[in-house]
Amino acid sequence: MNISKILKNAFLIVIFGLLVTACATKKSVKTTTESTSTTKAEETQKADPIEKLDALMQGDVYIGSDTVGELASGVPDRVFFATNETILTTASRETLRKQAAWLRQNSNVTVVVEGHADERGTREYNLALGERRANAAKDYLMTYGVSSDRIKVLSYGKERPVDSGSNPLSWSKNRRSVTVKAN
Amino acid sequence: MKKNLFLIIIFYVILKPSISFSLVEIDITRGNLDPMPISVSPFFSDKITDENIKKNLNIENLGQEISKVIENNLEKTGLFDAIEKEAFLQKPDIAHLKPRFEDWALIKSQVLITGKVTSKKINEKDYINIEFKLWDVLGAKMVDGFSLTTTPRSWRRVGHKISDKVYERLTGESGYFDTRIIYVAEEGPKTQRIKKLALMDQDGFNTKYITLGSELVLTPRFNPANDKEITYMSYFRNMPRVYIVNLQTGEQKVVGDFRGMTFAPRFSPDGKKLIMSLAKDGNSEIWVRNLETNIQEKLTDHPSIDTSPSYSPDGKYITFNSDRSGYQQIYVMRSDGSKVKRISFGKGIYGTPVWSPRGDLIAFTKLHKGKFFIGVMRTDGSGERLLTENYYQEAPSWSPNGRIIIFYRETKTDDKGQGFSAKLWSIDLTGYNERLVNTETDASDPSWSSLLGN
Repeated sequence: MNISKILKNAFLIVIFGLLVTACATKKSVKTTTESTSTTKAEETQKADPIEKLDALMQGDVYIGSDTVGELASGVPDRVFFATNETILTTASRETLRKQAAWLRQNSNVTVVVEGHADERGTREYNLALGERRANAAKDYLMTYGVSSDRIKVLSYGKERPVDSGSNPLSWSKNRRSVTVKAN
Repeated sequence: MKKNLFLIIIFYVILKPSISFSLVEIDITRGNLDPMPISVSPFFSDKITDENIKKNLNIENLGQEISKVIENNLEKTGLFDAIEKEAFLQKPDIAHLKPRFEDWALIKSQVLITGKVTSKKINEKDYINIEFKLWDVLGAKMVDGFSLTTTPRSWRRVGHKISDKVYERLTGESGYFDTRIIYVAEEGPKTQRIKKLALMDQDGFNTKYITLGSELVLTPRFNPANDKEITYMSYFRNMPRVYIVNLQTGEQKVVGDFRGMTFAPRFSPDGKKLIMSLAKDGNSEIWVRNLETNIQEKLTDHPSIDTSPSYSPDGKYITFNSDRSGYQQIYVMRSDGSKVKRISFGKGIYGTPVWSPRGDLIAFTKLHKGKFFIGVMRTDGSGERLLTENYYQEAPSWSPNGRIIIFYRETKTDDKGQGFSAKLWSIDLTGYNERLVNTETDASDPSWSSLLGN
């Protein structure tokens, strides 16, 4: 008895059935991923007063003060970035000039600039992106007179978010470089 | 780490090299939706064997357990449907000797697996012998089988080897059950994740933790030429660097002498080289280090981010992602860094390209309109096929036979930032049979080993 032949015939007969089930399976996969709870969460996000978001983000750069600590009194410890960007905003440059001024006055202090990315990218790319952001901050500090041997750079990629939310505001707080005292 | 972690095989006897060509066959290229009914009879054992095994392993009925390992493996392929054991009409010992094929045909079984476990003493040490036979019920004959003698605690591996044999015989493809997965085990809140390297059998059993969680560890990957060696990235002493670990001895060494962060490591197919990224002064480039000569060489030279490199199975090419076009896209170059060519041109951004062990496809992660996809494309970028879509998923890794992709998926948190989890998932190359891969903890960054050696 040639089973493979029989099987092949059987296969032809059921092929239509297969196709139908195939479509059904595909659809069910889609509906499960687009779960209703996520859609609801998105709606409540959008239902948030838009003015409130505007006050905390410019473009998609975070401009609020939540999560911002101090390197020293009156000197903010972090700057924020746009998605996929490493460009320093006007506000970031002002923060970094304050950091540089304080570091020039306290010449015994060394720092680590920690670069971070949000969770919406692949892990390895984000490690590189965090390194690029930290170096953007480091370069700026150097321009304002802090010598490079006082500044170490450490990228965490997306590994150390400060805000665990899954929304544009949380992501904007996580795209940052933080200047931390190392000694 | 203990030595002798791995199976000792003393005998590997093929019972009857069969010449059957009429055996039932499964075409696995279409996403089989009509699984083949299969019976896995509990493996039979005598009283003395049962007592010895109880003493050695504290398992009551090892024969039953082995049949479960096989059933579970085969069912998870989506290609087979294991018939309930209550329906079996024949006793395991008699079935193993000579099945009454009508009885198995009656319960609609096309294929039957039987086996026998016997305890043995060799030089005063306990061993078990496991014999298995694969029967074609409709053809009324035995088509394959073997007999293995091993240390008692390696019994699950024998179950995997039997599963591989059955899978190979019925699909014509090489198996992937006698393999392990290295991954990152995760615990704790999203903002303070604790991560450890973990190693487990492909079916989620025998989990071992390789690091303690005191430092951040990422992206472990098997050496495809040596299943006892992995590479990964660690933040040991806050110096993010690439390491190589010997899983048998626990010996660990940092790779290369670089100023800057090394990351995204992968072995060459022959295991003699390691490719990785080096980030320095705001720029990431791809480097290769020859592990025999210790010569390291820069392969890319571009102010953009070049990372996530992966070799083609013949070692002649490297695929990687770069944002030199403005966004992350997939590129292919010769393994000496020449002839760089962009291959991804679809909508969205593309990352984490991983060359299939068969050489014809590249698996990738794609981000488009706020959704993450795992997909495959040919090595020239044509024939893009998206297999699965979700809120966040990435890091595809191929099964050694190139039929299945394992990856990790993270959930979206609620408006209080709660509900985060990371899990391993697998999906068939066909886009069907998506499955959660069981792990003891949350998990990410999976890497599939080659078929294990002895």
